[in-house]
Amino acid sequence: MAEGNAPLLRARGATRRFGGLTAVSDVALDLAEGEIHAVIGTNGAGKSTLINVLSGEIAITAGSVELLGQDVTRWSQPRRARAGLGRSYQRTTIFPRFTVFENCRLTAQATRQMPWNWWTAASACPLSTTLAREALDRTGLAGLADRTAGLLSHGEKRQLEIAMCVATRPRVLLLDEPLAGMGAEETERMLSLLSGLKEGHAILLVEHDMDAVFRVSDRITVMVNGAVIASDLPAVVRADPEVQLAYLGEVHV
Amino acid sequence: MRALARRCTFPLVVIGLLLAFPLATTGFYLEFTSKVMILAIFALSLELLVGATGLVSLGHAAFYGIAAYATVLLSPKFGAANLFWLLPAAIGCAALYALFVGALSLRTRGVYFIMVTLAFAQMAYYVFHDTKLGGGTDGIYLNFKPEVVLLGARLVDLGKPAVFYYFVLACLISVFALLAVLLESRFGRVLAGIRSNEQRMRAAGFATFPYKWAAFTLAGALAGLAGFLVAIKDGFVNPEMLSWHESGAVLLMLILGGMGRLSGAVLGAFAFALLQLFFQWEVVFGNFSKHWPLLLGGTIILCVAFMPNGLIGVPAQWRAWRARRRPEAARG
Repeated sequence: MAEGNAPLLRARGATRRFGGLTAVSDVALDLAEGEIHAVIGTNGAGKSTLINVLSGEIAITAGSVELLGQDVTRWSQPRRARAGLGRSYQRTTIFPRFTVFENCRLTAQATRQMPWNWWTAASACPLSTTLAREALDRTGLAGLADRTAGLLSHGEKRQLEIAMCVATRPRVLLLDEPLAGMGAEETERMLSLLSGLKEGHAILLVEHDMDAVFRVSDRITVMVNGAVIASDLPAVVRADPEVQLAYLGEVHV
Repeated sequence: MRALARRCTFPLVVIGLLLAFPLATTGFYLEFTSKVMILAIFALSLELLVGATGLVSLGHAAFYGIAAYATVLLSPKFGAANLFWLLPAAIGCAALYALFVGALSLRTRGVYFIMVTLAFAQMAYYVFHDTKLGGGTDGIYLNFKPEVVLLGARLVDLGKPAVFYYFVLACLISVFALLAVLLESRFGRVLAGIRSNEQRMRAAGFATFPYKWAAFTLAGALAGLAGFLVAIKDGFVNPEMLSWHESGAVLLMLILGGMGRLSGAVLGAFAFALLQLFFQWEVVFGNFSKHWPLLLGGTIILCVAFMPNGLIGVPAQWRAWRARRRPEAARG
């Protein structure tokens, strides 16, 4: 992280308990603009819960979350989203019966909702149509704009979900396993898409594909049982004996 | 342009037929059609919830019945009320109850939402059923139909069946047009998004509760319009208007006509009422016509089994069936 560059998202002491289980325990995390920050860990390490806590989908038990310098710890998920926090889901979450374009236009509409205007057609809304077109261009889906979203291939749906986030003009992107279930070619396309999104965004990437993670990440945080055991540059994390023992060792023997 | 023309053809043909209908007939059929158009308004109001927003309510008759009772109870005992304040007042009562029910019921989802809306409707039902407020189980009569008076001039006489018919038709067209425009607006697209994937809507930055609440209240208000009209038409209200049978019947109209399309709601109301009329026909069914609910129920089960998208989906179903049988012909 460049020194003096204030993080767009900052979590301190983030903790989430479900009854007796501490899914996320005292996590400190900074996401800076222009960086992909990967969070890795075994199944059940608390990565998805961390994303849910940061995005406001579930309440935080203790600790604080700051977005663009504002304390958003008590903010609802929609309010955080409007303040610049976009997220994708592990299971593809799109509007399957809408066109690709309308998927992006509808999410873009969240930036300026005007719900009292009941007489103008949404398709004539200048802001959301512009944002949708930009998002489709940026994610390489412009050619599929008129297709029905539910009929896209799996890889295209994952791309669309990211386009839908981008259309809301977020500053921070929390991506939950965007590569899950993808073939080699689709993975390549997604990785170049993610690298292209670094500009103007701070990206948190939860991912199981270790090769991909080490290729695109600028920083890696390793979680075990809800707690962070290491957080550093990829080369340092790879060399960390504790990480090798706890996580990488199990995978790369 | 062609798509627009195709979308407007069916409603325009129906409006044309309904406009011409009083020229061809009077008496029973005119009154019957007035009643069915009122039911169509009622079904359209529920379509806003069920079809457009994905909120299945089983308590929609409460708003219909409350507006009907309000119409009668707010009218002076000796003399006619003016429509220009009675209509907003009746709709307002329904909307107010919808505002209250929505605030609580929309915190639940799925089957819980169905049960909570049902519970609130039954609550309203028993208030009228068990108290003297509206004459208890016997119901209460409306002594004078409201007058349409503007600046001292009597515009029309709703007591004449043909005038009342056109008044209801105007209401039906207005409600249909309002909803058609609304569903294409930004607000309407948010409702469609909530129906499709509420989680994604919240993640994009939409606080979904106020949207659902507004839709629920509007649906209650429009059901109130139907209740107002039916109270004037019959000149009589009773607690059965609020019962769950009525809520179920209007839901069946949507299922029969096809959900997700406004025309489906109108078509469903007509089909339901005509089927009911048909099975009550003694000439055809003799004594068995007393058991018309049995035949109606059976018919609806068959319809649901063979027309999963309702009557409005039949043309598409027919095209798909043809395309499967003869791929070449369908393409040419």
